[in-house]
Amino acid sequence: MENISSLMHGFGVALTTYHVALMMAGVLLGILVGVLPGLGAPNGVTLLLPLTFSMEPVSAIILLTSMYWGALFGGSTTSILFNIPGEPSSVATTFDGHPMAKNGQATEALTYAFLSAGTGALVGVAVITALSGWVAQFALKFSPPEYFAVYFLAFASFVGLGGASPFKTVVSIMLGFAFAAVGMDTVSGSLRLTYGLNELIGGISFLVAVIGLFGIGELLLTMEEGLKFDGVRARVSPRKVFETCLDMPRHWVALLRSSAIGVWMGITPGGPTAASFMSYGLARRFSRNRASFGRGEPEGVVSPETADHAAGSSAILPMLALGIPGSATAAVMMGGLMIWGLAPGPMLFVEQKDFVWGLIASMYLGNVVAVVLVLATVPLFAAILRIPFAIIGPVIIVVCAIGAYTVANSTFDLWLMLVFGIVGYVFKKLDYPIAPLVLAMVLGDKAEDAFRQSLIMSRGSLSVFWSNGLVATITALAIVLLLWPAGSALIQRARPQRVRAPEAVV
Amino acid sequence: MGVKTTLAAAVALAALATGAAEAGWKPSKPVEFVVTSGAGGGTDQFARTVQAIITKYNLMEQPVVVVNKGGGSGAEGFVYGKTASGEPHKVIFATNNEYLLPLVAKLAFKPSDLTPVAAMAVDEFLLWVKADSPHKDAKSFVEAAKAKPNEIRMGGSQSKDTDQILTKQIEKATGARFTYVPFKSGGEAAVQLAGGHVDSNTNNPAENLGQLKAGAVRPLCVFSPQRMAEAKVTAGLSWADIPTCKEAGIGPEQYQMPRTVFLPGNVPADAVAYYVGVLKQVREKPEWADYIQRTSQSDRFLTGAAFEAFIKADEAKGRETIREEGWLVN
Repeated sequence: MENISSLMHGFGVALTTYHVALMMAGVLLGILVGVLPGLGAPNGVTLLLPLTFSMEPVSAIILLTSMYWGALFGGSTTSILFNIPGEPSSVATTFDGHPMAKNGQATEALTYAFLSAGTGALVGVAVITALSGWVAQFALKFSPPEYFAVYFLAFASFVGLGGASPFKTVVSIMLGFAFAAVGMDTVSGSLRLTYGLNELIGGISFLVAVIGLFGIGELLLTMEEGLKFDGVRARVSPRKVFETCLDMPRHWVALLRSSAIGVWMGITPGGPTAASFMSYGLARRFSRNRASFGRGEPEGVVSPETADHAAGSSAILPMLALGIPGSATAAVMMGGLMIWGLAPGPMLFVEQKDFVWGLIASMYLGNVVAVVLVLATVPLFAAILRIPFAIIGPVIIVVCAIGAYTVANSTFDLWLMLVFGIVGYVFKKLDYPIAPLVLAMVLGDKAEDAFRQSLIMSRGSLSVFWSNGLVATITALAIVLLLWPAGSALIQRARPQRVRAPEAVV
Repeated sequence: MGVKTTLAAAVALAALATGAAEAGWKPSKPVEFVVTSGAGGGTDQFARTVQAIITKYNLMEQPVVVVNKGGGSGAEGFVYGKTASGEPHKVIFATNNEYLLPLVAKLAFKPSDLTPVAAMAVDEFLLWVKADSPHKDAKSFVEAAKAKPNEIRMGGSQSKDTDQILTKQIEKATGARFTYVPFKSGGEAAVQLAGGHVDSNTNNPAENLGQLKAGAVRPLCVFSPQRMAEAKVTAGLSWADIPTCKEAGIGPEQYQMPRTVFLPGNVPADAVAYYVGVLKQVREKPEWADYIQRTSQSDRFLTGAAFEAFIKADEAKGRETIREEGWLVN
């Protein structure tokens, strides 16, 4: 196969001492910016960018992508330990990762997260290696109706699940849409919901909202309940990490399902954040252990992490082939690409074989390096939870504040974060679900743009969402998933013993 | 040795001292380059290229930090520049959005809140169709759009922004009617054209370059009074082969976007002169020529009165279209 020989050539490029050293340095720096107060991957990559101007493009991209992988792993760490998602795509990891940490299983949660993230990333790279010629062609088939259908699919697979009352879920979604609408509207070019506040022109940053809703909200609850992190009970030993690794194959169904979801959402324009939510939603719906989701279920960590990284790595290929960055970090790297003198586009794969295949090979190596390095740090990070709450609480506030501030270097965002913290607290007290709000904020404005662009293209006819095989299939699948909970409830009433049929087949 | 050399040294020193005195203002702390677009956008590349050259050749005594404030089509950066009134350590990088954006969106910002420093290049706009489009020239394309009003989809970046203003000017000049579909960026508009989801777009050369090299799109004409500089893009095509839109028989004759640099309001004239001096040096370096060639822009350096006259004329033209479309908010 031509791809295999190209990949071998790529390994030849990536496996020099210099490049492996760059990978290790990148991963370590990435873990650092991922974990440290609010630096985050986009800022880290931006800071490193000027250093790469004098490097060979392939060395530069290896350094930056390795840093990106490291930061993604680091971001999961804060999600699990402190309920503060370092990256939008690790929000779904908090749902079960943080409860696990509170139950004294921080080591297990971190190990599960890192291993499944690594697995997802490798599956993602393997898929793009095999399909590199086809992926770009496939991505070209996507226009606004298909975009909307993909967002709708992600949404449908996540909401509609039980737990809170439907009314509360709807309120939460609507608030999310409203927050997503703030700022300048792409389709009409006018400002919405800014109330004359200059700070709102750029919209409400999703990261600020999430830091408030999760980090500050959680902290307020902890303070009120006088609870301590139960981390003290946690057994922190390298052996525990090893045992958890051995336990990993038990979750093969979740790994497979989540990898598939992740790769799909990475190649289509859904992106890692939507992938992780969708994967969590489907796991919660179809898992054997669905009853314990939200209270520290390992599969609730494995599913979003796998999908997140599978999507993150498989999204690199369409990004290079089409020149459309899928995330803030990717946008910075693309800017770098142009400054190094490379034009993203279909011809990159023909004209810059060394660069493209060197990058793909470095994604295999970089992720393996990242998993090994990050697993070695697990006992260290898990031990953080042994620190008394009186010390760690204020530290978390500082971490949150720096994180929110660095998003746009704006003090207004600090107030916004506090407001969202109170919203998060009130939501928890009144038993409103936060996750639908978060998802609506992430996908809301993209889905709205895609919907309105579709209608401009079809001149107002909704039939555009059934206008070809691709969009019709995705729309139909989304509707099935949306109605699934209602349907399965009916079936359950009729024939209780058949509920488990879906997994029994698998 | 002796008196003569010492004298010469003294004269040289004195010359240096007066040179410094003439410059008057110099940055006394790190300088912030405020980019009015997101990371990776055209303005971002512009500012980072200038930053890279300044850093490489040590053209400024103080370090340069680039910050992206691209929210609200750049409004975030302009408002930020306005609130930094009197602060010459912040330099704002923009396009014509500095004076066109306040016309279409109600902002706490007006163009005169910033001090113009220079325009460093002008970016061209081309009319593009998909490579397998039946329309081989601009004239037949526009005729098709006239025959079936609103049937032809024109993709572009943002709403009421440069691409849509140009689309409206084409409509006015030719009598054709398009359905304009706004996307988030020129890159997206390029991909949507390559995928055949829109029929045409008015992207800058750099935005469509990847798809052009891959043979997915075809340029019909350039909205410039003269053809672009000779440079090979693909085996069979040089930028100079593309006819001007006037030659192709459609209008408008000229539509270009300047890459502009501003300072906040109420800054000393010395500071403006200082940055003009630095930017002049930037333009002389080979990396700048590379940037201009890579992005297929036209090199043009406007400062002082010439730049202000350019802004005035360009604003008036944009304002006319904006008023006719009923988008004017002020």
